[in-house]
Amino acid sequence: MSIEKKQSPFLEVKNLTVHYTSEGKKIHAVNDVSLSLNRGETLGLVGETGAGKTTIAKSILRILPEPPAHVDQGEILLEGKDLLPLPNDEMRKIRGKRISMIFQDPMTALNPVMRIGRQIAEGIQLHEKISKKEAEEKAKKMLEMVGIPASRYKEYPHQFSGGMKQRVVIAMALSCSPDLLLADEPTTALDVTIQAQVLDIIKNLQQKMNTSMIMITHDLGIVAEVCDQVAVVYAGEIVESGSKEEIFDHPTHPYTVGLFGSLPDIHSEVERLSPIAGMPPDPSNLPEGCAFSPRCPYATRECRQGKVKLASLGGTHMCRCIRNMKGEGEQHG
Amino acid sequence: MWKYIIKRLLWMIPVLLGISIVIFTIMYFCPGDPATAILGNGATPAAIAEKRAEMGLDEPYLVRLGDYLSQVFLHFDLGTSYFQNQSVMSGILYRLPYTFAIAAISMLLQICIGTPLGITAAVHQNGIADRVCMIVALGGVSIPGFWLAMMLVLVFSVQLGWLPPYGVGGLPYYILPCVANAFAGIASQARQTRSSMLEVIRSDYIVTARAKGLSEREILYKHALPNALIPIITVIGNGMGMMLGGTVVIESVFSIPGIGMYTTQAINNRDYPIVMGGVLFLGAVFSLIMLLVDVIYAFVDPRIKAQYEGQQSIFRRRRKKNG
Amino acid sequence: MANHGAAAAADVKVRKKKEGQFSLVMKRLSKNKVAMAGLVIILILFLAAILAPYIIPYGYDAMNMAERFASPSLKHLCGTDEMGRDIFSRLLYGGRASLSLGFLATIISTLVGMFIGSLVGYFGGVVDTVVMRFVDILQAIPGILLAIAISACLGSGFVNTIIALSIGGVPMTVRLLRGSIMGVRKMEYLEAAQTINCSVPRLIIKHILPNSISPIIVSVTMGIGNTILMAASLSYIGLGVQPPTPEWGAMLSAARTYMRDYPHMVLFPGLAIAIVVLSLNMLGDGLRDALDPKLKQ
Repeated sequence: MSIEKKQSPFLEVKNLTVHYTSEGKKIHAVNDVSLSLNRGETLGLVGETGAGKTTIAKSILRILPEPPAHVDQGEILLEGKDLLPLPNDEMRKIRGKRISMIFQDPMTALNPVMRIGRQIAEGIQLHEKISKKEAEEKAKKMLEMVGIPASRYKEYPHQFSGGMKQRVVIAMALSCSPDLLLADEPTTALDVTIQAQVLDIIKNLQQKMNTSMIMITHDLGIVAEVCDQVAVVYAGEIVESGSKEEIFDHPTHPYTVGLFGSLPDIHSEVERLSPIAGMPPDPSNLPEGCAFSPRCPYATRECRQGKVKLASLGGTHMCRCIRNMKGEGEQHG
Repeated sequence: MWKYIIKRLLWMIPVLLGISIVIFTIMYFCPGDPATAILGNGATPAAIAEKRAEMGLDEPYLVRLGDYLSQVFLHFDLGTSYFQNQSVMSGILYRLPYTFAIAAISMLLQICIGTPLGITAAVHQNGIADRVCMIVALGGVSIPGFWLAMMLVLVFSVQLGWLPPYGVGGLPYYILPCVANAFAGIASQARQTRSSMLEVIRSDYIVTARAKGLSEREILYKHALPNALIPIITVIGNGMGMMLGGTVVIESVFSIPGIGMYTTQAINNRDYPIVMGGVLFLGAVFSLIMLLVDVIYAFVDPRIKAQYEGQQSIFRRRRKKNG
Repeated sequence: MANHGAAAAADVKVRKKKEGQFSLVMKRLSKNKVAMAGLVIILILFLAAILAPYIIPYGYDAMNMAERFASPSLKHLCGTDEMGRDIFSRLLYGGRASLSLGFLATIISTLVGMFIGSLVGYFGGVVDTVVMRFVDILQAIPGILLAIAISACLGSGFVNTIIALSIGGVPMTVRLLRGSIMGVRKMEYLEAAQTINCSVPRLIIKHILPNSISPIIVSVTMGIGNTILMAASLSYIGLGVQPPTPEWGAMLSAARTYMRDYPHMVLFPGLAIAIVVLSLNMLGDGLRDALDPKLKQ
């Protein structure tokens, strides 16, 4: 897929660690996460609610509320340049222009007392240094691109349905042709029938603009449809990553296997789904060793002693499980 | 929108009727006889009885209430004072400028000082500025206004001799009454502004605005403040009511001949026409302010505007169904 | 707290739920130093007021013409007034009137308001329209004027003042409770309760009230402070509790004449009012944050 030179990738996240403080407790939201993404590619971040996916995305854009959030360590390299130490006004030029974000809940993501057209034009005007009039023209064009008639430019968010609002949010995010789009569960809050439309819009525009994307989702169907790379997140850690084919054809980490097991499949005749037993761990009190071990059917005493490293399974496929480190897991490549 | 305003204006008529009935009833059951009060304690029972008949005081409750209401609402006449040979309306109009000046200046102080203080506190949440503002504000809503007024007089008039301690005159005479009257308002305005700003700042659409690359200043003034205005306007509206009520006591501290003083003195003197007229007048002013506040909402928040216009159509629909 | 397994953590979570909303709120409240300070001050003042007859150094009406207008000293902590009465003793004793006025009037008006508000909120329709219009009318009259008029009508005195102050507070509680009940009414658990044939009073008491109670608790706490301020204003104007019973507002009113020469006479009664109302507001703020932790981070 990628035609990159063997140089540094377009976006690279290295050893990112973020915690929140809440009522005196330290909540480990993101623990030593590393990712990389090439230009034009789509990375799927998959995991349960509360696994830290959104925190990763917000850290990249540096819009985490600090406090209570705090980035303990890590680097976020955009074309080799670290974003974390950038001064605020430099960072503002990147937000909305080079990196933009689509939020999970379109119902609350729009300012209720501002005309939707203005909300789109605002960002354009800011980043492209053009007149109000020109920004308005461009915002109208964006509206039409996401399938909303330009005549609704002057309406307010309460006059739109959920799906329409999400289109507005998408138009807003893509209005300055960003290099990187962070899509945070963009279809979760929508009706199933609308989900496919919205996903199509994102995909089309992304291809048209050659934008890289991080798609945050808990829906493996969406991953199958739009992603090239996949990273599975559990309790703030990446437990398995690789190309879509690697993950879908050879899911290796017991958690990934569990995720696939929780999906209904019309081709196989299983009587019942096999959901993952137990609950995700309390992020203020993570278990020692492998975070998944309390729920893992294969867990041994060794799993609870010391952190497990992410180990290569050949190709780009990486997995954080003690069984692979011993060479028990199947290899492919 | 206009339909909404007209509907609300029409609605004021029953409210004012209601206020008249309530206050008339309270006064009707007041002990003490105006006739005796007018003629003095030395008057003979016969003279008092005659006076009572002349004033219509021996009519039954409903007749007197009916007379009063028709006099006020059909002839727009608030009656004449028992003791001062002056119509209540002209008495009120004569005193209105004093009360209006105090209430308006206080209100202005509340809005112009309280709102920025609240915004500053919210922006520097948990910082020193925030702590100081909020401690002062908490104190402000806890101090009795008339006591503050007395302390201000002690300091600025008695000790320093900078400002006149009571009476009316030029601007210096208004400084202490207005500060004393506005203090609680400024404090509660600051508290409300801060908490509604904090609530708004945590909203998702503020994160959206930040993700667009807007500066914190733009986020604050273009996105956060317009949304925070709605509860702030509510406080301003309630503040107006408080200011009107507050003037009653403040006028008494500073011996300012405003409507509040006019009314409270009349209560003590059993001069019922003035009491009823004063309360009715203040009630009408307050209702108008509340209407104004509701109309301002519509300009700040398109959802509320839509609701007003929606209400209209529901109203119409219901009418159609019934007719 | 350390080294629990995930199972233990899950167990803690379950237990937390069982402990219920109330203890959670109390726990949050007890962590709030400002609120706790307010609570402690109020309790001390309450105790002082109750024990006043036993702890005051002088009788509240003991006159001593030889020591009129004495400035504050060790002998008279807050000085003496125009009849040589010890102001400190009168303040402690006066706390009885001011505190009980504030608490009783607020609680009565809240109970009445809750009763009317829950009926209105529950039944809606015509009842709602009629009562709410009446509430509109009462709220259009400035509170202090209404209280002045009612207490002029009923005459001064403790009970009459309570009535005058309570009536002014009822409309606000009705409005508050109606609002939150309207919000709760649409919730699905009410439908669930109706499907199991829950009677209407039971529905209101067991399901609706507990879910709309938190704004009420906050408004009661703050309301007591406001009522005390209002009561003081009433006495200041010359209505309300009458001398010789010491009441803070009345003391201020009496001290007015002498304030130029003897500022201590107005300073201390005002401070007493301010301290009580301040501590009530501190507690009220804390309660509000504890009941609605979203607002504070």
